[in-house]
Amino acid sequence: MSEAAPRTAVPDTAALEVTGLCRTFGAVRAVDEVSFTLPAGGSLGIVGESGSGKTTTARIVVGLERADAGRVLVKGRARAGGARGRAERLARAREVQMVFQDPYLSLDPRTSVEAALRETLRLHFPGADHQARIKELLDQVGLGTRAAEALPRQLSGGQRQRVAIARALAVQPAVLVLDEAVAALDVSVQAQVLNLLADIRERTGIGYLFITHDLGVVRCVTDEVVVMRHGRIVEAGPTATVLDDPQHAYTRLLLESVPRPGWDPDRIAAARRAL
Amino acid sequence: MNALDVRELRLRLPGTARPVLDGVDLTVAPGETVALVGESGSGKSLTSRAALGLLPPGAVPTGEVLVDGRDVLTMDAARLRELRTGRAAMVFQDPRAAVNPLRRIGDFLTESVRLTGTMSAADADRRAVELLDAVGLGPELMRRYPGQLSGGMLQRVMIAAALMGDPVLLLADEPTTALDVTSQAEVIALLDRLRERFGTGLLFVTHDLGLAAAISDRVYVMYAGRIVESGPAEALFEGPRHPYTAALLSSTPRLDGPTGRLAAIDGQPPDLRQELTGCAFAARCRYATDLCREEAPALRPAPGRPGQPAACHHPLEGSPADV
Repeated sequence: MSEAAPRTAVPDTAALEVTGLCRTFGAVRAVDEVSFTLPAGGSLGIVGESGSGKTTTARIVVGLERADAGRVLVKGRARAGGARGRAERLARAREVQMVFQDPYLSLDPRTSVEAALRETLRLHFPGADHQARIKELLDQVGLGTRAAEALPRQLSGGQRQRVAIARALAVQPAVLVLDEAVAALDVSVQAQVLNLLADIRERTGIGYLFITHDLGVVRCVTDEVVVMRHGRIVEAGPTATVLDDPQHAYTRLLLESVPRPGWDPDRIAAARRAL
Repeated sequence: MNALDVRELRLRLPGTARPVLDGVDLTVAPGETVALVGESGSGKSLTSRAALGLLPPGAVPTGEVLVDGRDVLTMDAARLRELRTGRAAMVFQDPRAAVNPLRRIGDFLTESVRLTGTMSAADADRRAVELLDAVGLGPELMRRYPGQLSGGMLQRVMIAAALMGDPVLLLADEPTTALDVTSQAEVIALLDRLRERFGTGLLFVTHDLGLAAAISDRVYVMYAGRIVESGPAEALFEGPRHPYTAALLSSTPRLDGPTGRLAAIDGQPPDLRQELTGCAFAARCRYATDLCREEAPALRPAPGRPGQPAACHHPLEGSPADV
């Protein structure tokens, strides 16, 4: 810890601290010197379009992708490098959990909701009785006992995403990475899930890393935001400041691109080409 | 004559307790942009696909779907083919799923007019290059494969392909959902330019009320197979009359809305296996009364606002447009 990163009075208890992350695929610098800090119980948005590197960054944080350089600290402990052995792998998984865009792809179609939660709990906390915890988790995400017996295909999209969230919460992670987790949901269901996520953060103090392209969602659920483009962070700061007074031309373009009455797509298209 | 005229369209599917489309009325005038807004299962995509005669297997339709004055529901296979390669065309959400990855872009663009014999190969090529130019792409793309193009470029190719047969009606089903926000603007700007230039009627199917308000002249809002409200985009956005439209607006995370918790709509849309009595939204509506649960409301205009009918027993009033 001799070479401290240039950071301002962030206590070591930050839920997540990412410093100088780099990842190259062939000739493409997918992630280029990315650094940010997620305070304990905070919510940080990473905004960008396809190819911005936001998903690769998230995957490195979770451990699904390797970084060429840089480091990831969760609650002050280093996360870089491959985990050795089963116990270490499980311990790593308990630090950071991820919820993907499409719960259809991340839930086993033949496993009921209750069995899926039980499997996760048994893997991480063997020997304990999980019945009460399963009920608690289902309550927490607003699912009843009827949903507990259902298979994923018998549930609506919103319910499936609640299951994915419950399963991620089961191991009590410090950080929850949500990769476009509400993008596939209908507006009315999306609002329910966003409110649910806000409630959970209030109650548990879990930190969110929210990967999204939707600035409305960012405004709604994050305290801070980083804007990524071509693998680099082009702007970062408190969400309200960045959205109300964007400094970078790309952030302004993103904001102007959000459709609303009186929207001028021609001007946006011209601005995009100019950038 | 309207580009599209849907009258009392009802659609029943096997194994369901109520019609998936329940008396849909909708028009698109030539050169007009109309948005059809709804959540999944509302029937918005079924409605737009019906305009091409694309019905789900086993579907039993009643009513009329007139494209350029001719009823699609009574057409035989040959007529339908003619319709789909000529007067009506569709741009789908995912361009990659709508194109053969092994065929060159030029082949894809000219295929329909060559097969129907409406154009010679040389004329078709000329027209394809012309349309590629209209959507901002160069002639060299004719020789390229879909895999060599970005999503935004490919969606522009789809739009060019849709215009090959000089359609009077262009159906766009979430054409920008799979695109980045900044390329969305580009595709929308393009659609708008082409609509103006060719006088095509555009039916834009989307779940995004903000987008609908941004681009369309008129908006229809669908819920559980019925049109619950329609009207000029701005009026609907500023002063929704149906509680569902209002709830949809307030549950959308917006850049100019209030921060904090969203005003979510509790519950879920009604299941298709469940029969509906009364208003389909009653179970989730905070204004619902016994009347709402017993009797389905008809689309009625408000006094003084003839252009914004809503299907509601207790429509919201007090919009600035009233005073």
